Amino acid sequence: MSAGQRRIDIEEIGDVTVAKFVDKKILDENNIQLIGNQLFGLVEEDGRKKIVLDFTTVEYLSSAALGKLITMDKKVKAVGGQLRLCSIRPDIYEVFAITRLNKLFDIRDDQEAALAGF
Amino acid sequence: MADSFEFEVTIPSDTAKGHEVQEDILQRLQHGGFPEHDLFGVKLALEEGIVNAIKHGNGLDPNKNVSVHCSYDGERVIVEIEDEGPGFDPGDVPDPTADENLQKPSGRGLMLMKAFMTRVEFNDKGNRVILEKERSAE
Repeated sequence: MSAGQRRIDIEEIGDVTVAKFVDKKILDENNIQLIGNQLFGLVEEDGRKKIVLDFTTVEYLSSAALGKLITMDKKVKAVGGQLRLCSIRPDIYEVFAITRLNKLFDIRDDQEAALAGF
Repeated sequence: MADSFEFEVTIPSDTAKGHEVQEDILQRLQHGGFPEHDLFGVKLALEEGIVNAIKHGNGLDPNKNVSVHCSYDGERVIVEIEDEGPGFDPGDVPDPTADENLQKPSGRGLMLMKAFMTRVEFNDKGNRVILEKERSAE
């Protein structure tokens, strides 16, 4: 894996940006850093305000990854935008529920539900 | 049927080495018949425990090591992770689910370990954690 490789796939659907994680595991420190930078770039460099994070491929994530998601949420809210999370498998959803982050994030069942009314 | 095992390994303060140990333990558990649905929590707890030891315990100091002792008897897996840092008091870690802490980007590792494991204990110094997971009923 090269340092510059994209860790998220970007798709534009109307005025919404859908960012889909490439990795099954969001664990490794360097990888989390890279993913964080690429996510933050969507807001800070590209000026996107409606963002859906699609977790379809993600099988594991650590508390360090949760930290990046929280920072991302703050950055999006700071520019008056909205962040939604979708397609989180039950194991991972439990991580959000245990940490009460399911209350902080706007989590939808799937991409269709995340795009609805956005 | 279930295969028991026990081993100890010492690694430098390098998260890549930490992941190798983690994968090794998980593969042995899989071979040893540990239920698939219990492995998610074990993996998560190992990730948090080993990263904590390397980053917060040893402060990523390349001259300090982390030792991992793992035993499995077919029913439960016990992993002891010890770093060479000054230790910490787990009682000092604020509740990450409190409203005032919900937006803090860190401080959730310990809580996740406790949520997914059967037992999480620290030595008095706070530089060794014991993670135990009993296989759940199938």
